[in-house]
Amino acid sequence: MELISHLVTGFSVALTPLNLLHALIGCLLGTLIGVLPGIGPVATIAMLLPTTYALQPVSALIMLAGIYYGAQYGGSTTAVLLNMPGESSSVVTCLDGHQMARRGQAGAALAIAALGSFFAGTVATMIVAGVAMPLSEIALKFGPAEYFSLMVLGLIGAVVLASGSLIKAIAMIITGLLMGIVGTDVNSGVQRFAFGVPELSDGIGITGVAMGLFGFAEIIINLESKEKRQLVTNKVKGLWLTKEQFQKAWPAVLRGTGLGSILGILPGGGAMLSSFASYTVEKKLSKTPEEFGKGAIAGVAGPESANNAGAQTSFIPLLTLGIPENAVMAMMVGAMTIHNIQPGPQVMTSNPQLFWGLIASMWIGNLMLVILNLPLIGMWIKLLTVPYRLLYPAILLFCSIGVYTVNNTSMDVMMTAFFGFLGVLFVKLGCEPAPLLLGFVLGPMMEENLRRALLLSRGDPTVFLTRPISAFMLAMAVFLILIIALPNIRKTREVAFTEDT
Amino acid sequence: MLSIRNPKDFWAGILFIALGIFTITMGANYTLGTAARMGPGYFPRILGILLVMLGAAIAANGLRVKGEAIPPWNWRATLVVLGSVILFGYIVEKVGVAFSTVFLIVGASAASHEFRPIESVISGIFFAALAVGVFVIGLSLQLPIWPQFGH
Repeated sequence: MELISHLVTGFSVALTPLNLLHALIGCLLGTLIGVLPGIGPVATIAMLLPTTYALQPVSALIMLAGIYYGAQYGGSTTAVLLNMPGESSSVVTCLDGHQMARRGQAGAALAIAALGSFFAGTVATMIVAGVAMPLSEIALKFGPAEYFSLMVLGLIGAVVLASGSLIKAIAMIITGLLMGIVGTDVNSGVQRFAFGVPELSDGIGITGVAMGLFGFAEIIINLESKEKRQLVTNKVKGLWLTKEQFQKAWPAVLRGTGLGSILGILPGGGAMLSSFASYTVEKKLSKTPEEFGKGAIAGVAGPESANNAGAQTSFIPLLTLGIPENAVMAMMVGAMTIHNIQPGPQVMTSNPQLFWGLIASMWIGNLMLVILNLPLIGMWIKLLTVPYRLLYPAILLFCSIGVYTVNNTSMDVMMTAFFGFLGVLFVKLGCEPAPLLLGFVLGPMMEENLRRALLLSRGDPTVFLTRPISAFMLAMAVFLILIIALPNIRKTREVAFTEDT
Repeated sequence: MLSIRNPKDFWAGILFIALGIFTITMGANYTLGTAARMGPGYFPRILGILLVMLGAAIAANGLRVKGEAIPPWNWRATLVVLGSVILFGYIVEKVGVAFSTVFLIVGASAASHEFRPIESVISGIFFAALAVGVFVIGLSLQLPIWPQFGH
């Protein structure tokens, strides 16, 4: 079978000692930063992106994938022990995970999170490998009109399935698209919105935007709240499950994996939606729903498996279509672009080593996390006992140095501070920053495809409706908006996102 | 009588309208071109118009439906944190990593309501040593360690 030979290629790339080392470093660093309270995967990747600049593209991507998984796992640890979600997908883990920790079962909660994630990661990696090839072949037949409509669908899908106000999210996407086209226009060479600042002629860097919006803003918001966080650490022992716990957990792991794998592929899906959905399902199916919120192990096992499966399969649209479906994948696009890889269906054929190496490393990364984190848990707990007043200045320092190293210019540090300010402003006004980041990476691609599509049609805008695939995707986008606009469904959507949080 | 029932939405809408108008006026200098031959001004113009329209809808919503007030803004934390970062960016090439780091750590620490001056200086020195060790010596970053005179 062709797939097997591809996977062999992948593993032969990922298993070289150097790449294994990068996967290991990535997992370690990702967990180290991800475990810090208030730092989610997007901010973690932004902070650590500069560490991969000097590497070969394959190694860099492998390390980044490791960073991502590490950040996810670190977030779960913080959620269980501190009741503080570092990322939106850990919100659910807080509910029952922290309650388990309070009842002295932190070890079991962390163990099932690791094992469930590993199982889910293994299954989801196989799905990625299996689906990637046929999807890429379809994607290669897409013309600019199809691509443009696909991006519209992807962006709309991403905000429809996310929480918060739909119309504000769309406005944030447009703001992001605008920020994305700052700099030199590739076709005319005109400097757009650069305000005469030479550093802006190459465009705004994604590290600064992400660090500012997700890192700095989060720190400032955290500083505003004066409540004391409660750390449950003294009870972490016996990182294993009892037979009874295992029996309660494994069906939840299976369901979570299935749910997460499917939801992860959808635009706007990925980790967060998967974990919310899984929690709701587990609560509905449970014979003892009253236990949920008080430390039900299924309420940790399901969502944790689902978010890892979703995190994995959300790579599918990125790798096959070149379209990021959530903020983390947007960071991945940024990272690939920095290494001169244009994500999309052509990567698989033009750079099979990189493509299959990345997929193989996904599984290796998941395995490493289990091996690393169960024994290292003591170290991560130590880190959590460090007071926030000492942590956040250090985070600021590493962000500032990190963003400086991107282009070796002070301007980037100042811009990050500016985006930090914007981030706080957006939080105050109830605008989610994630859609902005999606728009930001898609801006140039969207403009280019719109330009090409209209050039081919000699300026006739109906080209988007007369080409069937394009028309279908636009119809889907309109359909999604209509669903949300209908009051009934809007109500359930609001409930689904506010329930139990 | 119009009143702002949802300040979050209303002001978010105003922000987007302002951004849209700014885009359209700034973008007026760029060649628009035609649909078949889009100039550099074409796509920004579309986005600017969309932004104004969406902003107007959001702001109108803020007048119509009741909603949350904008939470109080801790200006001190914002200014102190971002100010320390900007200072760091501004001086690091001239003053070097060692002192800039101490300034950043101590300055940023002051934003917390749990600020302890002496502790923050110790932490600043610790991280200065770490930053010099890891970034300048370890990763050979092109930044001076100590202040540069005569530049």
